[in-house]
Amino acid sequence: MEIIAGRRALAAGMLGLAGLAGARPAAAFVGPRPECLAPSAPGGGWDFTCRTVGRLMQELKVVSQPVQVSNMPGAVGAVAFANVTSRRAADNNLFVATSTVGLTQIAQRRYPGDVDRVRWLAMLGADTGVILVRADSRFKTLGDFLDALKADPGGIVTGGSSSLGGYDHLRLLLLAQKAGIPSADLKRFRWIHYDGGGPAVTQMLGGHVEVVSTDLAEIAGFVEAGQIRVLGAMAEARLAGSFANIPTAREQGYDVVGLNWRGFYTGGRVSDEHYNAMIAGLKQVYDSEGWKEAARRSGLQPIWRSGPDFERFVANMVTELRSLSQDIGIIS
Amino acid sequence: MDILFSLAHGFAVATQPVNLLVAFIGCFVGTVIGALPGIGPVNGIAILIPLAFSLDLSPVSALILLTSVYYGSMFGGRIASILLNIPGDSSAVVTCIDGFPMAKQGRAADALAISAISSFVGGTLATVGLTVLAPTLAMAAIHFGPREYFALYVMAIVIVGGIATGNPAKTLAAGLLGLAIGTVGIDPATGIPRFTFGAYELYEGIDFVIVAIGLFAISEFLIYIEQRRTGPIEQVPVGRRTTALRQLTYPATSLRASLLGFVIGVLPGAGATLASFMGYALEKRVSDKDGTFGKGDPRGVAAPEAADNAAAGGSLVPMLTLGVPGSGTTAIMLGMLVTLNVQPGPLLFQQQPDIVWGLVAALYVSNVILLILNIPLVGLFAKLLTVPSHYLMPGVVTVSFLGVYSVNQNSFDLLLMVGFGVFGYLLRKLSIPLVPVVLGIILGTPMEQSLRRAMAASGGDIWTLVESPLALLLHAITACVILVAILREAGRRRNAAAVERGA
Repeated sequence: MEIIAGRRALAAGMLGLAGLAGARPAAAFVGPRPECLAPSAPGGGWDFTCRTVGRLMQELKVVSQPVQVSNMPGAVGAVAFANVTSRRAADNNLFVATSTVGLTQIAQRRYPGDVDRVRWLAMLGADTGVILVRADSRFKTLGDFLDALKADPGGIVTGGSSSLGGYDHLRLLLLAQKAGIPSADLKRFRWIHYDGGGPAVTQMLGGHVEVVSTDLAEIAGFVEAGQIRVLGAMAEARLAGSFANIPTAREQGYDVVGLNWRGFYTGGRVSDEHYNAMIAGLKQVYDSEGWKEAARRSGLQPIWRSGPDFERFVANMVTELRSLSQDIGIIS
Repeated sequence: MDILFSLAHGFAVATQPVNLLVAFIGCFVGTVIGALPGIGPVNGIAILIPLAFSLDLSPVSALILLTSVYYGSMFGGRIASILLNIPGDSSAVVTCIDGFPMAKQGRAADALAISAISSFVGGTLATVGLTVLAPTLAMAAIHFGPREYFALYVMAIVIVGGIATGNPAKTLAAGLLGLAIGTVGIDPATGIPRFTFGAYELYEGIDFVIVAIGLFAISEFLIYIEQRRTGPIEQVPVGRRTTALRQLTYPATSLRASLLGFVIGVLPGAGATLASFMGYALEKRVSDKDGTFGKGDPRGVAAPEAADNAAAGGSLVPMLTLGVPGSGTTAIMLGMLVTLNVQPGPLLFQQQPDIVWGLVAALYVSNVILLILNIPLVGLFAKLLTVPSHYLMPGVVTVSFLGVYSVNQNSFDLLLMVGFGVFGYLLRKLSIPLVPVVLGIILGTPMEQSLRRAMAASGGDIWTLVESPLALLLHAITACVILVAILREAGRRRNAAAVERGA
């Protein structure tokens, strides 16, 4: 249905002036010139999300014009966010790639505006947060580690691929909170930031950092090679395939889900009709074999959340991350 | 055997038609860049990086392009040295000493052939060294923690910055300027913006490509306008070779100099310029029994050329294995690799063997291409020196603007580039060297981050920096280098004062 309606709207858009097309009441996926905005440089993570989804949309004929991917790097997505909220709030051609990283920035008030300035479309997949140690580590379970951390909060060197207050750091703190470590002690953790999960794990193998909190995909090779032990995965349930033997944090009694999801938002004044059509288009991508393959290759678990459900999820996440950031003094 | 297997795989990558083509183009363009006075390898590579992006090359092809340009410019650098007595780049300075006298004696073609052959020997031996040494060093790199990296970066900045060869105070000032510029943008440790004045354009920091093109290319243009150089410079004609090629190889000289050059190149920090000086000095000490050096001795051409090409190969070792560049040019290549999403360091060898071994194999290929290009075509390259500056310089500026704009399609970057061009012009007027500024920017961030990591790991205890033997050793080497530079500067002043008193 969406496809047929889309074609009609497209025809109408091409007949009228291009600028008027956006005002046409039609259930098109997007306007005549679909555009995915990647708030990163070419080659970055958000760029990959845009290019993959854009390609699939064209292959699946969700759109009749190729999706143009434009890059607007700057301030971890703040530049793109500012641009969308100020100039393109009603642009139904546009969807913007984002992820937990961008949301953490919003939670810490580093974007010009809060979550309600844009409309959250959907998430299509997520990377799973994991807590890692060396294979010969003294910690055998998540409990061992968190108990030791509780006894001596400043005594263990931890690290990951985000800055202090970034998501890798925050989800470790969420675990610590569940272990009953008081907020005042959370600030005493030693946290080393690395440029990625790979460098962090290499440094862990060299003995320069004891525990690493990061996403699974980038370091999966180390896990398969048996060089490192995964103390816990912050997923809702056990992972599939070769990672099925990794215990979740939840089953070890620490109910934290730390997913680094990939998804999209659009302008805050895009009409319900276009908003729903965009979601329907993304759902087609999500349901395709092509997406499952792309997700598998980049280590993502396909996970679908959309519309009001996704907006609630985003709002809850921001509330949680914001209060945690305040607890540890990252923001006031 | 593992290495041979990997290398064979690398040759499969390097001999793909697109990569061969890219290597050929890179060698040709590199020789041209090296030959043209004013556009050194740093400059040439900085201009070509945006081009590599706009061609949408794969990371390995882009890397092959830039390294073959790098090797090519090492070959080309000596053409102007020999024919004009003007070095094409800083590492070709020494080649003037014996190359130009040879040319004046009517042996220009011989000198050019000697330098091509010994460059080939140096480059190839260094690539062999890279093949053998890099994987081992990559495995040892696991022992490098934050404090060892910090020590390494400090050493790199101090030595590459040229404290060993220039005025220490001005070099220090230049390096500190670079470090200061490098702090602009979001702090990776805490995610908080610094010195951005609320401008989102500055949140990602100032791109080294913009700074490098501004400082080098634009300031060169300003200097050109000021001096109004017109027309070509007088040059010695190339002529014909007077000696058979076989007699122009000087194997012992090339071998000695290559070995020395490679070792100097591997040391993070010391680059091709230092290697060419040391290679010449060593050869003079060993071979100059009749006092022919400086009067057109062929070995005085062979030694620095072998040494600087060997150093160019050697400096790729720390860049690929540790992510610490061994020279100004590799520093810029490192910046580009990161932009291409290739993270140099120990993981590179495990995760992206195609890139590493494809590159290594491409280096062998490039050396052969360069030798083939340089023996018969040297007359053509020599012709380039006659292109009048008033055609050349506007071309360079045009390419610079296109290049910078193509990175982010952002006009702010162009303003920034011009700003840095004017800044570079002022620095040159004050004879403050430019390379340390760029180095400060490129190395400043990782150096600061290593320091921050070391501090985070130790809970803020500064003594952790010298508690590891490896870090201590590296700091000691750095201290020695600084001490030697200070003593030499003091000696120079004393001599100058003595001369004045005497006069």
